[in-house]
Amino acid sequence: MNTRLEESKNMNNARRKWLTACGLLGVYSWLNPLLALAKKPEAMEAIAKIVGNNSVNDGKVKLTIPPLIENGNLVALKVSVQSPMTATDYVAAIYVIAEGNPLPNIFTAYLTARSGTANISTRVRLADSQRVWAIAQMSDGSFWRDHADTMVTLSACTEMP
Amino acid sequence: MSKTSHTKITMPNMAKKGEILEIRAIAQHDMETGFRYGDDGKMIPRDIIRFFSCSYNGVEVFKMDLYPGMGANPLIVFTTVATETGTLEFKWSGDNGYEAIDQSSITVS
Repeated sequence: MNTRLEESKNMNNARRKWLTACGLLGVYSWLNPLLALAKKPEAMEAIAKIVGNNSVNDGKVKLTIPPLIENGNLVALKVSVQSPMTATDYVAAIYVIAEGNPLPNIFTAYLTARSGTANISTRVRLADSQRVWAIAQMSDGSFWRDHADTMVTLSACTEMP
Repeated sequence: MSKTSHTKITMPNMAKKGEILEIRAIAQHDMETGFRYGDDGKMIPRDIIRFFSCSYNGVEVFKMDLYPGMGANPLIVFTTVATETGTLEFKWSGDNGYEAIDQSSITVS
């Protein structure tokens, strides 16, 4: 009798542990949906088209979007690139690519030495929780990039606003 | 109207030489993505602004390509250096012959 009780207690414990693990896994994947998303091939293709055979360095670029977005139809996006912006050393172009949008390109801004700073703010559409890339091309031809992850609760593009 | 040539430019009208000006340009436009379906189940054709440019006394200082990923009534905030007194001309163009032009003058001391 005693051993049977002990046994069922052990089983209960095991079951409890398993259920807790399930629950934690659920919460974890809910908090980190971005881990579940693979890199979209279209976005990678779009980036490859921009940079060609050149290597892309991390740094210099700063992309700012809110980490949690209620409505993907209007998302404030800001890109700033560190650069002296002189006639010989300036940011030539800024590309913004979204991995989860049906069309990954969002915009391409072409700057000149007369821009003074390389800061662009605008409002974009995001179709899904995803990673957004900003790639800057300097006047010497080098590429720099930054990315930002975000969660979108109401998606844009395919749904009615 | 969802699509008009109504535009608005916000920028200072006076500046010192060499000062960095922040320019906010907005155009009234639906930016229909071409990915949505209407009530009849048919896809609504794409109708967006494709191109924006800014020239300072005839010299182009900024331009931008726009894609369906841009929000409706696209707002573009960018900067330029105040070099001389004159006018800045802003141009938008897009699908179905959409075109809009706006101007703003600046006095540089």
